[in-house]
Amino acid sequence: MAAQTKTREALVDPIFNNNPITLQVLGICSALAVTTRMDTALVMSAAVIGVMMSSNFFVSALREHIPTNIRIIVQLTIIASLVIVVDQILKAYLFEISQQLSVFVGLIITNCIIMGRAEAYAMQNPPAMSLIDGIGNGLGYGAILMGTAFLRELLGFGTLFGAQLLPLASEGGWYSPNGLMVLSPGAFFIIGFFIWALRAWKPEQNESE
Amino acid sequence: MEHYVNLAVKAVFVENMALAFFLGMCSFLAVSRQVKTALGLGVAVIFVLTITVPMNNVIHTRLLQPGALDWLHPGLAEQDLTFLGFLTYIGTIAAMVQIVEMTLDRFMPKLYAALGIFLPLIAVNCAILGASLFMVERSYTLAESTVFGFGSGVGWALAIVALAGIRERLRYSNPPAGLRGLGLTFILVGLMAIGFMAFAGVQL
Repeated sequence: MAAQTKTREALVDPIFNNNPITLQVLGICSALAVTTRMDTALVMSAAVIGVMMSSNFFVSALREHIPTNIRIIVQLTIIASLVIVVDQILKAYLFEISQQLSVFVGLIITNCIIMGRAEAYAMQNPPAMSLIDGIGNGLGYGAILMGTAFLRELLGFGTLFGAQLLPLASEGGWYSPNGLMVLSPGAFFIIGFFIWALRAWKPEQNESE
Repeated sequence: MEHYVNLAVKAVFVENMALAFFLGMCSFLAVSRQVKTALGLGVAVIFVLTITVPMNNVIHTRLLQPGALDWLHPGLAEQDLTFLGFLTYIGTIAAMVQIVEMTLDRFMPKLYAALGIFLPLIAVNCAILGASLFMVERSYTLAESTVFGFGSGVGWALAIVALAGIRERLRYSNPPAGLRGLGLTFILVGLMAIGFMAFAGVQL
């Protein structure tokens, strides 16, 4: 029973209570750039979850054999090899989306969430738990990504997953798209407000300054 | 010459690494509490970018891209090693950072002490890898990639120093508890990004 609760905690905790983006301030680099549309955000979240669970698993499996002073390079090599696999899969099966994601698939390598979890969790815990921790943190990352993409695509283009939900004024409907949402400042504002909302709900996450 | 100046201006202002492409955000938000430390990190980023982007350019054109191995043996001209790109670029960056660190420690101890812990951190700064990947995607020449690396470094440094300046002043303000710290910083960066958008379309 106790083991079960621990597993559940590792999986669910990072989604709201210890979210990698809003609380640990990790992995923001790519979180903002791929969120103009839902489909790219979904593919990106899936790619990050895949890379993170396997990198956590392999780093944890090798943790007894990695010399401490070169561990960063070893972790980077493991992560980079996994990202190459993901990149090749995307190019083979989802070519158009991989073109839209452009350099950001490659940037999963330097995504601080993955390095951070490998360093903070996988180096100390057994492989199975690390795998679950990877999935949990990936889900927390994906939740913020999908939420941001939902608002940005709906308000910026009036669409969701490319399907027109709000008829545009230019095509005889009533909705005038909000151009700010498509541009980079829109993403910053939305994440800023997400953090505010999350902290209003869970005040123990407030920063004391 | 004009072409290069244009490229540099574009990299610094119009396509600012931090504010237009969101690269290097982790350290951008974490190390922008004080102007002094922000400046140290900014200088380190300029330094490393100016070295690694041209280096990765040479690796890409001489070793990885299709036909690149022609100089070694004509039979190898067909080889396409671009899929190894990510691994080699990050390897180059990590190795370069290590070498720069040791060189500075040996020959310029003052600069080394000033940069301190920021140098090793840079290996995992997305702006560094991002610049190399952009260089490959836009197929810059060696000279262009040097200018591009330097320009993006300056742009990133400019953005983080400006943000640190604002955050130092912000300490005297009194925002709602939930916005304190990270939330407000995000909104602040959004406003800065709007400011930088005014440079869009600037051509020399």
